[in-house]
Amino acid sequence: MDDIIERLPEMLIGAVTTIELTLLALAFGICLAVPAALARTSRLWWVRAVPYAYIFVFRGSPLLVQMFLLYYGLSQFEWIRSSMLWPILREPYWCAVIAFALNTGAYTAEILRGGIQSIPKGEIEAAKACGMSPALMTRRIVLPRAFRIAWPAYGNEVIFMLKGSALASTITLLDITGMARSIIAENYLSLEFFGLAGVLYLLISWAFMRILKIVEIHLSAHLAPPPLASATPE
Amino acid sequence: MIDLHGFGSQLAMGAAMTVEIALGACALGLVLGLGTAAMRLSGIKPLVGVAKTYTTVIRGIPELLVVLLVYFGSARILTGIAESFGSDDYVELSPFVAGVIALGLTFGAYASEVFRGAFLAVPNGQLEAARALGMSQGHAFRRILLPQVWRIALPGLGNLFLVLLKDTSLVSVAGMEELMRKTSIAVSFTKEPFTFYAVATVMYLGMTVICTAALHIMERRANLGYRPLTTA
Repeated sequence: MDDIIERLPEMLIGAVTTIELTLLALAFGICLAVPAALARTSRLWWVRAVPYAYIFVFRGSPLLVQMFLLYYGLSQFEWIRSSMLWPILREPYWCAVIAFALNTGAYTAEILRGGIQSIPKGEIEAAKACGMSPALMTRRIVLPRAFRIAWPAYGNEVIFMLKGSALASTITLLDITGMARSIIAENYLSLEFFGLAGVLYLLISWAFMRILKIVEIHLSAHLAPPPLASATPE
Repeated sequence: MIDLHGFGSQLAMGAAMTVEIALGACALGLVLGLGTAAMRLSGIKPLVGVAKTYTTVIRGIPELLVVLLVYFGSARILTGIAESFGSDDYVELSPFVAGVIALGLTFGAYASEVFRGAFLAVPNGQLEAARALGMSQGHAFRRILLPQVWRIALPGLGNLFLVLLKDTSLVSVAGMEELMRKTSIAVSFTKEPFTFYAVATVMYLGMTVICTAALHIMERRANLGYRPLTTA
């Protein structure tokens, strides 16, 4: 018990890294997912093909391989090592963020595509009838509606990304799992510290789920039951 | 053609091991999932509590942590048990067994939710009809409930299997010589990380494609009774 209390600050620093990695990956992932999902719903087959290949590769292979390919793999090429990007690609932190973002971007694109395709046809027709240009319609109607429909599924993806971020520990990063592993390498208290790591992950995923739920309620305010007349204050 | 420096057969062996772990973990996970779903639906409070705790905890912590916990944690517990029997050996699970247990635990937690949904989706009237025909409880479960649960749960379980197939790569962290670990070994010899990790990616993609096709066939078989009638 004393060991745990003594090492708790280090584990909390690990928790901050985990949250940082997750949020950065999710943010970059959304930036990739929106164009990918839009292209995926295009009428032209060659526009659909590019995001299809991207989604197929990143959803079909393990995240661990993708991360290793990026972190260890790129150093094989001399031209990358001498390029301007090398200071970023050399850092395990940024390699992890890029790999996570590419991975979650592929999953999010599929979720978002589902959202776009389940928008009632009438709404699209109405937007066209109002004279909206395709760009305006995408911005004002399609994307907001798709996000609303896809939100619960996206919530699952957020939790998966949080759990996936534990893989960063395999490329020397000190997130929750990495910190636990380095502490255990000193004191051999594997059960205690992996257990503590598990508790931290549970707490973070619980907090994430609460935030996602609050946003969901906010997004569907128009569906909430109207306040009862009798509930108004006197 | 890509030069694999003679590591091709090693990678193939690794891929075979990956499939073995996935199938083992799937078998364990199906049993765990069915059991947990039965506990959730039993309505007996302590059992429901245990099942809920199991699914919540496992689904809330990273798979990698489950693998590490089972692999390194079990060694501590087993050594402790061995000590209490007067032995001072260091006891640990083989990486294969630890990997199957860890991935099976994860698979089971998610599968239990799929099964629970499937059980609830079979109309109660069917069980009542089976009972009215004089089938025993067990008989009705085996003949009426289970085939339908299988049909409804199959797409969900198929997705879980594809996730499981990719999660097998995590066992490499515990030293299990599956595809991922074999690839890393090849990399450390040849110093060609990109080539080998790219080959591994393609092999995982291939396995995903094959499994997707196999699942599609299984789903078609399970849905035979629901095939639209072909009228001339």
